Amino acid sequence: MTQAALVTEIIQERLTPFPKDHFLAAADLNPPAAMALLDLADAFVDFNRQSAKGVDVMRGQTVVNLFFENSTRTSSSFEIAAKRLGADVVTMPVASSSVKKGETLIDTAVTLNAMKPEILVVRHSASGAVDLLSQKVGCAVVNAGDGRHEHPTQALLDLLTLRRTFGDVGGLTVAICGDVTHSRVARSNIALLQMMGARVRLVGPPTLIPSVAQRWNVEICHDMKEGLQGVDVVMMLRLQLERMAGALIPSTREYFRFWGLDREKLAYANPNAKVMHPGPMNRGVEIDSDVADDLSVSLIQDQVEMGVAARMAVLAALAHRRAVGN
Amino acid sequence: MNSAMTKTAIINARLIDPATDYDGQGAVVIENGKIKQVVHGHGAVDIDGANVIDAMGRILAPGLIDIRVKTGEPGNEPKETLKSAALSAAAGGVTTIVIQPDTDPAVDDPAMIDHIQRRGAALELVHVRAAGAATQGRKGERMAEIGLMDEAGALYFTDVDNVILNSRTLQRVMSYAASFNALIACRPTEPWLSEGTVATAGELSTRLGLSAQPAIAERIQLERDLALVEQTGARFLVDQISTDSALEVLTRARKRGLDVAASVSINHLCFNEIDIGDYRTFYRLDPPLRTEEDRQAMIEAVRDGLIDVITSAHCPEPAENKRRPFAEAEPGAVGLETLLAAAITNLHHENGIELIDVLRPLTHGPASLLGLESGTIAEGAPADLVLFDAGAPIVVDAATLKSKSKNSPFDGRRLQGKVLLTLVEGRIVHDQRQ
Repeated sequence: MTQAALVTEIIQERLTPFPKDHFLAAADLNPPAAMALLDLADAFVDFNRQSAKGVDVMRGQTVVNLFFENSTRTSSSFEIAAKRLGADVVTMPVASSSVKKGETLIDTAVTLNAMKPEILVVRHSASGAVDLLSQKVGCAVVNAGDGRHEHPTQALLDLLTLRRTFGDVGGLTVAICGDVTHSRVARSNIALLQMMGARVRLVGPPTLIPSVAQRWNVEICHDMKEGLQGVDVVMMLRLQLERMAGALIPSTREYFRFWGLDREKLAYANPNAKVMHPGPMNRGVEIDSDVADDLSVSLIQDQVEMGVAARMAVLAALAHRRAVGN
Repeated sequence: MNSAMTKTAIINARLIDPATDYDGQGAVVIENGKIKQVVHGHGAVDIDGANVIDAMGRILAPGLIDIRVKTGEPGNEPKETLKSAALSAAAGGVTTIVIQPDTDPAVDDPAMIDHIQRRGAALELVHVRAAGAATQGRKGERMAEIGLMDEAGALYFTDVDNVILNSRTLQRVMSYAASFNALIACRPTEPWLSEGTVATAGELSTRLGLSAQPAIAERIQLERDLALVEQTGARFLVDQISTDSALEVLTRARKRGLDVAASVSINHLCFNEIDIGDYRTFYRLDPPLRTEEDRQAMIEAVRDGLIDVITSAHCPEPAENKRRPFAEAEPGAVGLETLLAAAITNLHHENGIELIDVLRPLTHGPASLLGLESGTIAEGAPADLVLFDAGAPIVVDAATLKSKSKNSPFDGRRLQGKVLLTLVEGRIVHDQRQ
């Protein structure tokens, strides 16, 4: 059997239906379903490292990328994932199209739905928008980020990265650092990491950490050095610079001084601790280039690679659920 | 049969009249639009020549007075017209509605007050009265013609959901209005803490990623407003109190002898922050729904008589303004038709408040605050009455509401309390006895 045929067989073996009709939030998963997706994604990682990457899991199916908010990384990651599965992909950057002309989200959804895609991948600036859209269409919907609510495929790819690095996510202590209040990545990661048995600590200034987070069974730490003590993973969040100046933090240089990740602060974490960042990074604001580019501690490039594999797993599992019936 | 000139007798009723503290067997005779005779107990009823209505033991109460009703007339008629609002009111047993001045253009001069009230009267449905803007264009900068609007019949003055930011402007509005004994109403909302927010700060809003205001936004602004009331001696209504901590501020001020009235919306008595659930925009309200503790505090305040007025906070928004992502949806809910049933269900059946105490802030409370003759079952008072069955179950179906907008948070809910008959000056404006 050829290498390609072998990988295809492994993929077919590991392919199980997605637990829900849509993937809107981390809570749509459960531990066995998450493990199955990770196993499948692992196979896709190997597959993606081959030179011929075509597989026909989704041949003849249509995936529409609907991005109401500008994004290069996430939309191309989904686009590549869908193409490698053999699907036809249409990417619509609606941030600059008809929606601006007064067409409502629902109108757009209904219009696209009439074109009968199998899967809609949606990003929107308003929390809950993807959920709303999913109620109006017949296809499967993947949340590629809604406002400050959730970005579940990011959490899944982070989980994949961690499992491949540490072997097991259960028992790890993960510090999520920075602007948790406005971060959908943080919300999805808190939910999924806890679901898989990791301990989560939130680190950042009080203006960027929601006070009610205490009720989420996480530790809260406003001092970075204290917050990094004993952690296995430092997950940095992107600071939305336009939100910051003088409002939530006094300045980016003050932020870097106290909450930016550099060698000195990283030294407080466990000796073999790893660093993650969902990208794009503000170098010199939330993270020092010296740390970000050090491949012995930084998993940031792995995250990008795992992003394609994790999204392939999600798309394939959603398509499989539709194929076999609920 | 609907002529005001006919004589009508409603017999075998359970009269509940908060104004006279009467709850018992009785009958009412109506002539020329006024209540001619009120019989308590089983005394002789003057039914000579009258059209007799047998209430069969059902409750006859003063028609409801709803002091916070928004329509889209003028300027936004697809949302609601005065006529659709009046029909909705009649169906809900509401016999007087006070139209909010936040129309387009704003109701900020005597001609506009006159316009609304004439258009309303021509409908021959319920009493349509108007509140005037406190400042020109509701911009919070220059005082509106409070004296002339008062003369034209404006019942009170408010910039509705716009907060008068400039404390000096509000101070002047209050002291000027005091010379006409005019009532000023303000929403207690600290503008910077609440700017751009769509929910109450808490675990749920944080998890959902919605921008949220802390409850203290209400308390802070109320403290300022009450300090100005104390200084100017204005007659004042706290428009839509919704948090426990603001209620404490109010109670403290009243203990010091400050005479201020307060209203609460029916929505804040019936729902809490959890009702927004998975971004249900029909529960996106302004002020936003609060915690269960706040809701319970509002119910206790009604029980203890600390709330003068319960309003429907009727705010029609067509489906296209609601079927949006939560933060982009327009706030507000229609409520005229469900006000009575929701109040009876929630306050009486679920929380054991006596019906007479439930009806007080819906009838006598607003009537005495606004100086209306209605709101009571007394000889000589206008025959504005509602006959209802407090036990009858109904299922709210938003599609059948008379309002042009169907944004009811009660859609699909089971309520107890059915309006059977609504009379305005003796005219039957709604009849659901069959």
